[in-house]
Amino acid sequence: MFINKLNQLKMGQTLFDKVWDAHVVDTIKNGPQILYIDKHLIHEVTSPQAFNELENRNIPVFRPQQIVATADHNTPTQNQHLPVKDELSRKQLKQLSENCKKNNITLYELGHKYNGIVHVMAPELGITQPGMTIVCGDSHTSTHGAFGSIAFGIGTSQVAQVFASQCLLLTKPKSLRVTVNGTLKKGVLPKDVILYIISKLGTNAGTGYFCEYAGDVFENMSMEGRMTVCNMSIEMGARGGMIAPDQTTFDYVKGKKFAPKGEAFEKKVKYWKTLPTEANATFDKEYTFEASDIEPMVTYGTNPGMGIKVTENIPTLKDASFEKSLKYMNFKQGESLINKPINFVFIGSCTNSRIEDFRVAASFIKGKKKANNVTAWLVPGSKQVETQIIEEGLKTIFDDAGFELRQPGCSACLAMNDDKIPQGEYCVSTSNRNFEGRQGQGSRTILASPLVAAATAVEGKIVDVTKQLN
Amino acid sequence: MEKFKTLQSTAIPLAIENIDTDQIIPARFLKATDRKGFGDNVFRDWRFNKDETTNSSFVLNNPKYNGQILVAGDNFGCGSSREHAAWALSDYGLKVIVSSFFADIFKGNALNNGLLPVQVSKDFLKVLLDIVTKNPKTQLTVDLEKQSISVKGTSFKESFEIDTYKKTCLINGYDDIDYLLSKKETIKAFEAKKTY
Ligand code: SF4
Repeated sequence: MFINKLNQLKMGQTLFDKVWDAHVVDTIKNGPQILYIDKHLIHEVTSPQAFNELENRNIPVFRPQQIVATADHNTPTQNQHLPVKDELSRKQLKQLSENCKKNNITLYELGHKYNGIVHVMAPELGITQPGMTIVCGDSHTSTHGAFGSIAFGIGTSQVAQVFASQCLLLTKPKSLRVTVNGTLKKGVLPKDVILYIISKLGTNAGTGYFCEYAGDVFENMSMEGRMTVCNMSIEMGARGGMIAPDQTTFDYVKGKKFAPKGEAFEKKVKYWKTLPTEANATFDKEYTFEASDIEPMVTYGTNPGMGIKVTENIPTLKDASFEKSLKYMNFKQGESLINKPINFVFIGSCTNSRIEDFRVAASFIKGKKKANNVTAWLVPGSKQVETQIIEEGLKTIFDDAGFELRQPGCSACLAMNDDKIPQGEYCVSTSNRNFEGRQGQGSRTILASPLVAAATAVEGKIVDVTKQLN
Repeated sequence: MEKFKTLQSTAIPLAIENIDTDQIIPARFLKATDRKGFGDNVFRDWRFNKDETTNSSFVLNNPKYNGQILVAGDNFGCGSSREHAAWALSDYGLKVIVSSFFADIFKGNALNNGLLPVQVSKDFLKVLLDIVTKNPKTQLTVDLEKQSISVKGTSFKESFEIDTYKKTCLINGYDDIDYLLSKKETIKAFEAKKTY
């Protein structure tokens, strides 16, 4: 008994514990805790009802300076300088502008040089920093955990709660750690790592948990890669994912527009260095994988857990949900996806629309042409990424290859705007969800890395891209 | 928020697993700026065929089944955080969703809208789906105070878990905003002495 107690006292804290505990305002007996929120990101789709709620109840926005807004979900990716054609979308965007203006909230609206998908623009501007609590009415808020912050998606009622109090009532989730050690093979990207993990663990292994990613693979990953990984934490059910902040993180944040400067920055770094999980900390659940087992991945079904190595065959399983899913995709049990003709390729979304993703795609595409049957859309995650693509000369490579570079936004990731994949068509997509109809009614999504997507566009079919790398 | 104590109703069986919020309410219906009216489009792409005709094989279109309780397969509400999913189900007239597993965000959203997620064991769910499917007139009783779900006229019953705080909120019809606003001074004091 005594020894147990002693052990507990000595038990180290996790990265998650440290950040969480620092933000607890109060604890309700037998109930949730009040968690303080540092940054609240909002967009046009999940905020209007929250603003209405506050207005109806006559409650002011408590801390408008801690809120940043962008328009992304519902925006066109062509002719952004013109008025938005779709009436409902236009109305939603207009309402966001009005709400922000009324409540003194900074908005990077369509066309602004900082506009972009919320999970791409905030890190890029240094709004996202280690040790913070960050929320947004969007499940892929988990992306920001790449910086060692606690970041998670919330519903609109919670958006209203944060507007009203800069806090949320929450029960502390359990902790989960996924460790991947070793060196990744050539052609294996962060997207493959996370698709592999989800294919092994399933879509609800993480429910009720916050996940920390640890091990060589994540330590050696760029910030862009870490964001890709944390982004998809929600696809295994976890509320969020985190990676310990390190020199890679500090170097990325340094000099960004809203990052602390000079001495203030050094002071922060000193604090950030105290955040990583202690060696003797324990997790409620742990999984370990080997980097060398991972290969380029593709999904074959209608949830992100239904993934295989591109060289593998679709499993055979007697299960109603599984069969329903394959029927929707028009795939057969046991078949290989290699050489499946594909007419649509989408490189974009908050998972893979950062500059690094386009560099990878461009380096493969350079000097090649897309196949005639393919429509290939490249949608940068933000205005800044778009500018970088042009400045680095990647646009020329894409233009020459027949790819279509569009303007930033969520685009075909959820197909709320005009960027829809037609009925029955397959799309190899770098986004994060392959649900039925996600990319347009009746569309069929195959999730993959930007490299696999680029190779698919060039070949007009699914191929084992590793065979083409030297 | 409406108060919730007990509910007796027939139920609609929807024996599909991993129902994600994109199925509950597809993204193209998210352009509205208020909370009402989403019920018309709940499960839109399952209720209607591609040519906009009614899909008569879908359970919501089967006149035999109705009620304020939806009994769904495992892992309900995964995917997008859109609260529109909870609004759509409520707006359609549902008060309780039964499943053997709920995705985190959906669960929170449902509770914030007076829609009660009742999580039961896989075995219980299997039998329940079977009973409800075979006899659409079956009455279920969901008692929030006692935290139990039962089939009327039988001893078939299971208890379910719910956070004590959330339970109090539902029973009294309070929401989190009321509570947080009452804590404003504590929050301000926290801001003043933040250590990070
Ligand atoms: S890109 Fe897709 S997943 Fe990401 S925020 Fe936009 S809609 Fe959501």
